[in-house]
Amino acid sequence: MMVYEDEAFQEAHLYASREEMESLALHDDGNTNKSSTFNGSANGRDDNEHHYSLPSPVTVAETTTNEDGGPLELLSSPHGNRNSFNSFLEPPSYADAMFRSFDGDHGKQINGLGVVSTSAQSTSSDYLEISVTHPRKEHGVANSRVSGVNTYVTYLITTWTNLPEFNDTFSVRRRFSDVVTLSDRLLDSYRGFFLPMRPDKGVVESQVMQKQKFVEQRRIAVEMYLRNLAAHPVIRRSEELRVFLQVQGKLPLVKTADVASRVLDGAVKLPKQLFRESVIDPSEVVHPARGKDLLRIFKEMRQSVTYGWGGTKTPLMEEDKEFMEKRMKLQDFELQLTNVSQQAESLVKAQQDIGESMGRLGLAFVKLTKFETEEAVFNSQKVRARDMRSVVTSAVKASRLYRELNAQTIKHLEKLHDYLGAMLAVNSAHSDRSNALLTVQTLESEVSTLNSRIEKLEAVAFKVFGGDRSRIQKIEELKEAMRVTDGAKDCAVREYKRIKENNKSELERLDKERRDDFFGMLKGFVINQAGYAEKMASAWETTANATSGYAQICSSKWDV
Amino acid sequence: MITTQRSATGGGGLQSPRSPSSQPPYLTVSVTDPAKMGNGVQAYISYKVITKTNFPDYQGPEKIVIRRYTDFVWLRDRLFEKYKGIFIPPLPEKSTVEKFRFSAEFIEMRRQALDTFVNRIAMHHELQQSEDLRTFLQADELTMERARSQDTGIFKRKPSDLMQIFRDVQSKVSDVVLGKEKPVEETNPEYEKLKRYIFELEDHLAEAQKHAYRLAHHLLMNFEEPLKDYVRAVQSIKGTIAERANAFRQQVELAETIKLKEIDLNKFRLTRSEKMSEAEHEYEELKADGEEATKRFETIVRLMNEEIVRFQDQKTQDMGLAFHEFAKGQARLANGIADAWRSLLPKLEALSSS
Repeated sequence: MMVYEDEAFQEAHLYASREEMESLALHDDGNTNKSSTFNGSANGRDDNEHHYSLPSPVTVAETTTNEDGGPLELLSSPHGNRNSFNSFLEPPSYADAMFRSFDGDHGKQINGLGVVSTSAQSTSSDYLEISVTHPRKEHGVANSRVSGVNTYVTYLITTWTNLPEFNDTFSVRRRFSDVVTLSDRLLDSYRGFFLPMRPDKGVVESQVMQKQKFVEQRRIAVEMYLRNLAAHPVIRRSEELRVFLQVQGKLPLVKTADVASRVLDGAVKLPKQLFRESVIDPSEVVHPARGKDLLRIFKEMRQSVTYGWGGTKTPLMEEDKEFMEKRMKLQDFELQLTNVSQQAESLVKAQQDIGESMGRLGLAFVKLTKFETEEAVFNSQKVRARDMRSVVTSAVKASRLYRELNAQTIKHLEKLHDYLGAMLAVNSAHSDRSNALLTVQTLESEVSTLNSRIEKLEAVAFKVFGGDRSRIQKIEELKEAMRVTDGAKDCAVREYKRIKENNKSELERLDKERRDDFFGMLKGFVINQAGYAEKMASAWETTANATSGYAQICSSKWDV
Repeated sequence: MITTQRSATGGGGLQSPRSPSSQPPYLTVSVTDPAKMGNGVQAYISYKVITKTNFPDYQGPEKIVIRRYTDFVWLRDRLFEKYKGIFIPPLPEKSTVEKFRFSAEFIEMRRQALDTFVNRIAMHHELQQSEDLRTFLQADELTMERARSQDTGIFKRKPSDLMQIFRDVQSKVSDVVLGKEKPVEETNPEYEKLKRYIFELEDHLAEAQKHAYRLAHHLLMNFEEPLKDYVRAVQSIKGTIAERANAFRQQVELAETIKLKEIDLNKFRLTRSEKMSEAEHEYEELKADGEEATKRFETIVRLMNEEIVRFQDQKTQDMGLAFHEFAKGQARLANGIADAWRSLLPKLEALSSS
């Protein structure tokens, strides 16, 4: 161990010349492959994204003199090691092997690897790996919306996969608005699913954000988003994603499949669309009302006011109780998550503080040691310097261990963060369901209205003898409208049921994954804490042994 | 009441050849049992000071007295005055924060520091012979209080000391008047080095102590106290350095005065003035003073040289032990933490497989 002690002491000397211990921040790997599908908008929120991240992830000489190699990776993700394009590549973790044998030394085998979340992996060895790299400025041709030339950034999106519907490996260039389009289409097609949140669009103008930094942040966010999509068992097989990843050239997805909106662009009257002309397929009615569907929105709003949100006695609502219970549980879960997340933040901060204090203490002693050594007149001073050196070594080691521990803790506890994000997706999926229900109810009400109008007219027509052709024609028209609306309503009901199914299956998936994920997280976290504590104990034991001679001379005076 | 038994050999000798006991002389003290006395603003803590000794001048084998912090301060001040050149062991500071003054933690830390203080004195071959120490360890409370109130620092001086003070002031004033900015100082390179060392050491230690303080907040380890003790010791040395400087200056000034007096005297001798006898008398007196001043200074120098060796040795011991305790404590703490976490694992396993 002598070699290492000297090494660590020299390392400490490095710092001594630098004065600021803060520059010894760890090389933080901010981006790992997540094994769970429920990755939330962690990357989406601009500045509050990584609550736990260390202030300034700066690489320093530390990593080169690091005995342990990289930070210890306990929660190994299934894809992590294979993706060589990961620009935040972790230094090779033979520390990983070290840690496993470390566990073995203590005779406590916890299935070797820490715990991997099993549910996220497909049963076979299917993989779909994505990387986003090489941002590049492009110049666009003027289009109908914007006059003149506009510049935008594209990213190289490379995919490796063995899934049958894809080619092996391929790349494509996409810009951010393509990602938005993809996201919108998925939201449309996969209503009821817990979809990962896409990265934010906006840039806060007031912030002085260098273009480079912004582009880099966005690159990371897009990469994370695509990986989350790829990790979702259903979404990864979607046509939309495939098209996005594989089809060269301009993205052949239209912004939205909502016919009603598109038609409005052409300023066609919506009521006619909805009720009289069968030009559009009634199934297209069931897409969620977009911004331009003003009339439809008004109708649905009126409907919701009539019935109150979700509180209705129609037969379609019989499953509601179960759904409501589940919803409450999820809300409770979200609350607890928030709570724990805050405590995790405190823990991380405390660990950081200790590490820093320990480091500063070590630094102060480095200076003292140097001083005593240089100024030594008596042998006792040299002896003292030697003792101090031992303390320095341990203190510096401990400080570094705290920083590593903290980085690992952050990674483990980020799962909490992910789930918080996932809650957003869940809420969004539930909204899909509510909206679909609302559409159903709106249409039902329309049908009912039409029906009563028909009945009224028929009653009158009965009385008037003959000759009321216009009224009869009106009745026919209304009957036709009712038929169409009824058809649309059936569609809407089918859609609603589909969304409910999606909700249900997704919820089951969430439950199972959550269980596995959280156990995995907890185990990893606990093993981590224990392991690092043991390493620190061992470092201090070395110093205690080196100074044990003094203990025999006099009894301790300074024990509190 | 103190019963002074002079040993047969007279003086403060430690070892009496006629002493029948085969035991080597020992003097151990412990400071224990802090108790709160009084009320309100006047409340203070008193300590039991137990002395176990076979020293001839002491009531033995055991004597218990009650002392408070200001008594310890008195002892330290007396020793500082009497034993110039010796590094008097440092005292813990007075607490400035009212709230903290009576906290259990503070009281315990102070008790330990006071215990260490007295023991260091008791173990020092010169200081242990001090009469003031004996008073402190043996006198009843009334005597102690009287002694304490009498000696309020510099006002206890004898008349000749008062003269010295005047002379000091005089010389300082004349220095300023004559434009002499720097006080008279030794030009001894080794000593310069030592002085520099002491001052720098204090800075380094203060910084280390600062960080130990912050760490203590997190890790509940008291590594700060030994560092504080170290700092205080260094500050005490600075006091001695100041004393040495004083002694040196006095010696130099007296030498100058003597020279001037000599010139005057020779003048008087030549002119056979009637002032001659008076001048001779004064001259002799001054010469005696000068010798005394020189002797005082040289004693301080000699003592300091011995003391610095002792100081370094002792500090190495003290810090070595402190490091050991700190490291041991850290290791223990870390192991405890590791065990606690590990104990959770089987429970987690059980839950996850259920």
